[in-house]
This record gives sequence, structure tokens and C-alpha cells, in this order.
Amino acid sequence: MLYSILRSPVAAPEQLHIPDGFLSAPVAILAWIVTIAFIVVAVRRASREFDERLVPLMGVLAAFIFAAQAFNFPVAGGTSGHFLGGALAAILLGPWPALLVMAAVIGLQGLIFQDGGLLAMGANIFVMGIVTVWTGYFVYQGLQRFNRYAAGFVAGWLSVVLAAVVTAFMLALSGTSSLGVVLTAMAGVHMLIGVGEGLITAGALALVKAALPGMFGEQVTGRKSDATTVFAGGVVLALVVGIVAVFFASPSPDGLERVAEDKGFIEAAQAAPFEIIPDYVFPGVSNEALAGVIAVVLGTLLLFAVGYGIARTLRRRNQRLVEAPVTRE
Amino acid sequence: MHINVLDQFRSGDSPIHRLDPRVKLVGALAFILAAALTPDGAWLAFAALFVLWLALVLMSDVPPGLLLRRGLVALPFAAAAVTVLFTLPGNPLVTIQMPFFGWQLTISDAGLVRFVTILLKSGVSVLMATLLAATTTFPDLLRAMRGIGIPKVLVGTIAFMYRYIFVLADEVLTMLRAREARSAVGPGGQKAGGTVFWRARIVGGMVGSLFVRSLARSERVYQAMASRGYAGELRWLGKPHSQPMDIVWLVVMLLVLLLIQLWARLAV
Repeated sequence: MLYSILRSPVAAPEQLHIPDGFLSAPVAILAWIVTIAFIVVAVRRASREFDERLVPLMGVLAAFIFAAQAFNFPVAGGTSGHFLGGALAAILLGPWPALLVMAAVIGLQGLIFQDGGLLAMGANIFVMGIVTVWTGYFVYQGLQRFNRYAAGFVAGWLSVVLAAVVTAFMLALSGTSSLGVVLTAMAGVHMLIGVGEGLITAGALALVKAALPGMFGEQVTGRKSDATTVFAGGVVLALVVGIVAVFFASPSPDGLERVAEDKGFIEAAQAAPFEIIPDYVFPGVSNEALAGVIAVVLGTLLLFAVGYGIARTLRRRNQRLVEAPVTRE
Repeated sequence: MHINVLDQFRSGDSPIHRLDPRVKLVGALAFILAAALTPDGAWLAFAALFVLWLALVLMSDVPPGLLLRRGLVALPFAAAAVTVLFTLPGNPLVTIQMPFFGWQLTISDAGLVRFVTILLKSGVSVLMATLLAATTTFPDLLRAMRGIGIPKVLVGTIAFMYRYIFVLADEVLTMLRAREARSAVGPGGQKAGGTVFWRARIVGGMVGSLFVRSLARSERVYQAMASRGYAGELRWLGKPHSQPMDIVWLVVMLLVLLLIQLWARLAV
């Protein structure tokens, strides 16, 4: 099969593609809702930006990301580093087109190759399309002024690590894994895998810079940091922190989870037949949940402050560039 | 690489192949949702879902063995669920003495039930997705996506992507072969190439040059389209229209799934 030819040589299992069955229905559906909202905005904005070029450009570049994920390099002991591509796409194309490209890649992988589930596809696009793209975009935009390639490295590395962390929390929220173990394992493994992602991202940037010197900066996408983009980034960050905060708002995260799972298991036997949401999904709907909600709200506010700060910085930088064009490099 | 490598069973002729693609997509999604909603330990419900899947497979003329083999794709992910074996409170079943530090791991009955449930959920869901992919041609899948309201632009992107995957895959294979050819192993088992960092940077260069080529290709594709009259409007063949039989299929499928759910919750 093409896919195994592309993926196989020594590729490590694609640990971020969540198959169906590992996420509870409410988590999967919630992720779908968020993902759909982002895709709707992305379609509108990308259509405006590229017009009639959009479909051929996005289609070929989606195929590029898909094919580039086949590149791997031997690390040690039969494992290999491979490439996810969200951060690179965000840096080269801007966040909205990158989101579309990643959504197409993940959609096709789920539909044709069963790499990642269908119900879980919303979560997969959220993790590998939205989280990686916005992390990569903001990190690169923030650090670019110091050193473009270091910025690319950090963007690639952090995008993979954050994606793994969010995946771990989704699995824990679904009652599939215990948070402590899965978080340690996912974050640990992806801190290593992320090094490969970061190096590949930086290496790719170096080559693109050499081959298409005009492409950096504004030419390819007319990329600007506008209100919607910063706002969307704030929402992504807020969601990430929100998921995390729900756990840490409780004095004993694992305990909370355990109680909830216990309850869910015992009551599943006598659950009302029409109950859509299994008990274990909303951990003890009481004060703890309230604490979680408060934490989410606080985290969101905090992140909007951060996002606003980033936006201010970016705008000031743009103005400076406009007023006195600096010769680069 | 030919575009048909993936399409061996898709263009068969069976009641399942002939079904309206939208019905198949919605039916498969409903099936997977039903599997996700099935409570822990409802073994008979999972058995019923499996039988339903098997019945559809037998109607479709696709060898079940092939689908079962492809269905193993998701198995490595099961490692993510192993922890519930030990962390869910319940009656202890087995205690494993770890060989170091005197650690002990206790498997509880509740944990075992949850773990097996997750594996079953994942198993039947992947099998259903495999059946969908094996009995639906790619253009039909695209029509189904259009039919359930996925934006035209995204469906168009996926369509183009599918077309160019095969072209770019050939480029990837060429580049990998070129790398192989230049990475001779020195005498006495000397290592080829530099450090891991060096290797990763080289792969970065390969990714970058693939990007540059893809960008140039997309421009050529666009110009070829423009010269043939493309003006930004994607033209699709008419939306699929369902036969009454298709509706019947969908209703029956949804009813069966609902019955399995009710049964799982009342009887278990």
C-alpha cells in the first residue's frame, strides 16, 4: 500500500493520531465543534486572500505536507524522527491557510488510511492542525527578530510538545488514561521527537530562504497579524490552558479523576437508558467542576492579556518597519 | 506510482457499493458514535455491533480478512490506555511484582473492564471506517462530503491533494533513493553521515526543497487550469440524489444502532 511505503521505513508509530474509541463522545464532539468553528473562519479568510488560486495552491501544499511526513531520519536504536509539519506550514503560509492544509491532510488520513478516527477527527485536527499551527505561528513571530532559524526550531519543537500535552489531557478527560502517567509519557516522548521536528523546520526554512529569498516576509501570503488571527490564537491558548486548568484547579487531580471514574463505572449499570453523556465525563459535577470553570475563565482572561501584549508588540514592530525600512541581515 | 493502488475493492458492485455515499458516511459516523456511547462492560452490545459490521461486510463482497488486517492500524495506540488497568479502583485481580525497587502493580477488575471496553470500541470503530474506505470510491467520498455540508473549498483541496499525493510521493521516493545512494557505509563499519542533528538538518533541506518544488508545481497547475477556463469556480457534478431505498437503508441502520444502545443500557 502506498501509505505503508510512504510511512514505513522505520517510522515510529504516529502517536498523535487518536483512533476512535479512545475519546469519550462528549470530548470528541466538543472538539469537533471547536474545529468546525475554526475551519469556517479559515475557509472564509483563505478564500479572500488567495481567490481563485486557493484550491490548487492548498491542494498541492496539502499533498506536500502529507508526502513530507514520510521523510524520516534515523535517531538511535531503530527509532526514527519524523515530521508533522504544522509549524512549518504556519510559518510559510500563515495560520489560516496552514490550518486548511492540515485539516485536509488529517481528513484524508482518517478517511482513506484509518490513521486517526472519524469521530476523533475533530480532536485530531484540533491537536495537529490548530494547536501546532498557532503555537508555531506565534513562537516564530515572537522570536524571529533574534534569529530566524532558532525561531523555527523552537516553533517546531514547542508545537509538537504542546500538541502531545493537549492529547494527553483529552485522553485523561475521556477516562482512557490516568493523567499523571499519560502526561509524563506523552510529553517526555515528544520532547525528544520535537527536536527532530524543530531541526527539520529550521532546515526547511534555511533551504526555502536560499531558494526563494523573496518569499520571506510578506510576499507569499500578504500575511499580517490582524485582530482575528490574534483573537483566534488567544482562543487556542485559552482552550489549551482551560483543559489543563480543569485538572489543576482540583487539589488532587488524579483523585478527582478516580472518583469520577469510579462513579461512572458503578452507575453505568443503572444509568437511565436515554442518558447520552456517561457519568465519568463530567468529573463530579459539584464544587470541583465549578472550580474548574472559574479556572478556565481566569486562564482565558490571562491569555487574552498575553495575546493583546503580543499583538501590540507585533504592531509596533510593523510600524517601525514601515517608518524606517531596515535592511535585513 | 499509480493512483489506483489504493482503489482495489472500491469499485466493486454490491448493495453496499451502490449505496448513496452520503448514507454510507452518515451511517458509519452513527455507528462509531454508537460505539463511543456504549457503556463499559456491555459485551453483548459490542458483539451486536460486530455482527452488524460483519453482516454489512458479507453483503459487500470484500474479504473480511483484509478488513480485519487493515483494522489493526489502531492497535499500537492501545498503549495509551494501559494505565487504566492499574489506576481504576476496584477489586484487585492480579498483583504484578516489578523486578526493581519492589514496586507492585495491581490490576483491578474495574480497570480490566475499562481497558477491554476501550479496545473493543476502538476495534469496531476502525473496522467500520475500513469498510467505508474499502467500498467507496474516492469521488464518491468527495460527493458525500459535499452532501453533508463540508465547504466546497475544503473538499476541493482534499480532491487536489489526493491527486498530487501520488506525484509528490514519487518525488519523495526519488529523494530518499538519492540520499541512500550517497550514504555509503565506510569500511570497518564507519558510520555514514554526521550526527543526529546534522541528519535532521539534511532532512530539513529535503523538506524545504520539496516545498519549493510543490509551490512551483501548484503555480503550474493553476496556470494550466486558468488556460482551460478555470475562473475560481469549482464545478461539481450534480449533488447525489438518493433513491428511496437509500433512505430506508439509513433509517434501518439508525434504528438498529438505537436498539443496540437501549438494549446495552437496559439489559446489562
